[in-house]
Amino acid sequence: MDWGAIFNNAAVELISPTTAAYALAALGLAVHFGYTGLLNFGQAGFMALGAYGYAISILTFGFPVWGAFLVGVGASVLFALILGIPTLRLRADYLAIVTIAAAEIVRLLFTTNTFASVTGSANGLSGYKNEFAALNPLADGSYGSGPFENNAYDTWLRIVAWSIVIIAALLVWQIMRSPWGRVIKGIREDEDAVRALGKNVYAYKMQSLILGGVFGTIAGMIFALPRAVVPSNYQTTLTFFIYAILLLGGAATVLGPIIGSMIFWVLLSFFSGFMARAVEAGWLPFMTSIQAGQLRFVLVGVAIMLIVIFRPQGIFGNKKELAFVR
Amino acid sequence: MSDNAVPAAPLEPPVPITKPVKATGLHIGEPAPGCAKVDPILVVDNVRRTFGGLTAVDVDHVEVPRGAITALIGPNGAGKTTLFNLLTGFDKPDDGKWTFNGRSLAGVPAYRVARMGQIRTFQLTKALGLLTVMDNMLLGAKGQTGENMFRALMPFLWRNEEEQNRAKALDLLTRFKLDTKKDDYAASLSGGQRKLLEMARALMSDPTLVMLDEPMAGVNPALTQSLLDHILNLKAQGMSVLFVEHDMHMVRHIADWVIVMAEGKVVAEGDPHEVMKNPAVIDAYLGQHHDEDIGEDPDAEIVHVSAVKELLDDER
Repeated sequence: MDWGAIFNNAAVELISPTTAAYALAALGLAVHFGYTGLLNFGQAGFMALGAYGYAISILTFGFPVWGAFLVGVGASVLFALILGIPTLRLRADYLAIVTIAAAEIVRLLFTTNTFASVTGSANGLSGYKNEFAALNPLADGSYGSGPFENNAYDTWLRIVAWSIVIIAALLVWQIMRSPWGRVIKGIREDEDAVRALGKNVYAYKMQSLILGGVFGTIAGMIFALPRAVVPSNYQTTLTFFIYAILLLGGAATVLGPIIGSMIFWVLLSFFSGFMARAVEAGWLPFMTSIQAGQLRFVLVGVAIMLIVIFRPQGIFGNKKELAFVR
Repeated sequence: MSDNAVPAAPLEPPVPITKPVKATGLHIGEPAPGCAKVDPILVVDNVRRTFGGLTAVDVDHVEVPRGAITALIGPNGAGKTTLFNLLTGFDKPDDGKWTFNGRSLAGVPAYRVARMGQIRTFQLTKALGLLTVMDNMLLGAKGQTGENMFRALMPFLWRNEEEQNRAKALDLLTRFKLDTKKDDYAASLSGGQRKLLEMARALMSDPTLVMLDEPMAGVNPALTQSLLDHILNLKAQGMSVLFVEHDMHMVRHIADWVIVMAEGKVVAEGDPHEVMKNPAVIDAYLGQHHDEDIGEDPDAEIVHVSAVKELLDDER
């Protein structure tokens, strides 16, 4: 078995743009779920709005990159307002139901044939990368070494993606140690108590929903840049993978979602490579290569279960907090 | 909770070391339900709240005096907590209006009521468990610059204010003997300490009217005296207090004025010592037929008689 190739492919995922996208989306969920206590199960919807908002703006309307970026962010702010206005006054579980449904509505709207000329229906959209590539200041050639060696475009994409993740992480870190963050964490504990202290809980929850949603949207754009925009990428499972990453890293932490995303993707890639080669080598005679491809999700699931059972606060979470979990 | 109008607790109530100074001359005319006060801080008119067919609160008129400690008592289900929720904006009445400091509060959301200086606590303590005691306190401060999302990103705008709030919080925590706990999670405090924290947190906003919903519920007797002193201190500092309580000893000890509710209505008002003798109050607690022999449950009758006796004994 070619262990070198397996580890090499796994290491590639450590800094891939997809990992960055998942990290950023998980950071948005950390703001929602970890800090504010909002059960947003529609992060995939925010990501879809980012990806489609960016792609449609460039392909259909010929916007520049920054214009397309703003369209995506604007769409997600609007989406957050539409979700939040009716549900943020209700109990937390209602937000979960509404967001999961709204994300599906978004995905189905992008899938339907009615708007095929704009959205590309089930085939999705591609060919929107030139505008972003044109901004690349790097000369042609190869950068980095070993598993981290990439061409100019891929390197440029990695630099941009991880810069955004770092900026977002610093932003969350700063805002959560401010009085604003204190109110947000208070709302997670008991919103009536915070209301009784004169804070407009509804407005704070809305701000949190928008902030985390915008992170999800930008993550959707980063996710779309190395591939095509296909509606089936934005199913509910995407949201659950991001939740898995969040719980893996620690829900109310800044580094948790980032490291969690790296671990998730490295593990996924490792198991994928390992299973494919194990079937090839005849180690698993009862299994076809297609079944083996699916088994990696089972193994990742087992790995996450082990972490959640033996380290329920996540990797970066505070063990002390768990002593008081109701 | 059991009906504490029958104080059959085995533990002796805390004996006051010094008798608190009672505010007198609060009302105008006879102390009847809805009587006018010399200087009311809260005036309630025709507030009604129904849950389906049940009328939980139906208050025609009641005034809460300023600068005094007012107790709101009544048997379970009298609508005391519902009235509390209505007055603080946590629930909306079907009808009625009320003013605080001369400003109408009808339809004003809870957070604005709190900003006006009418701060409440809860019957079931709401300490924010996974925040430190200090963070709990800082959350109580009003009008913080850093609570704006964009200004929060610029610490130089709010650092000084934060330091001032911190000093104030530490001062309050010292008074409430919680200063050694300031870096612990609030979840690690005992039930009584949480009550103290909730009261201290309410004081961070310099309220004018403090509304305490059963401040003594679930507090061990050793801590009761300290809580009572804190409530008396609020009055000494010029705040008005309205509290719901079942413990008659406490009511008699610290209240300057008592409002009695039963079945959603205000049935009696008056000085704590006088109001206990009011037949309407005894009826409210013991039922209208408490002095007639029903002849079925002699034990219950003995309890009733001893309860009334105790109410009268305490007058001395």
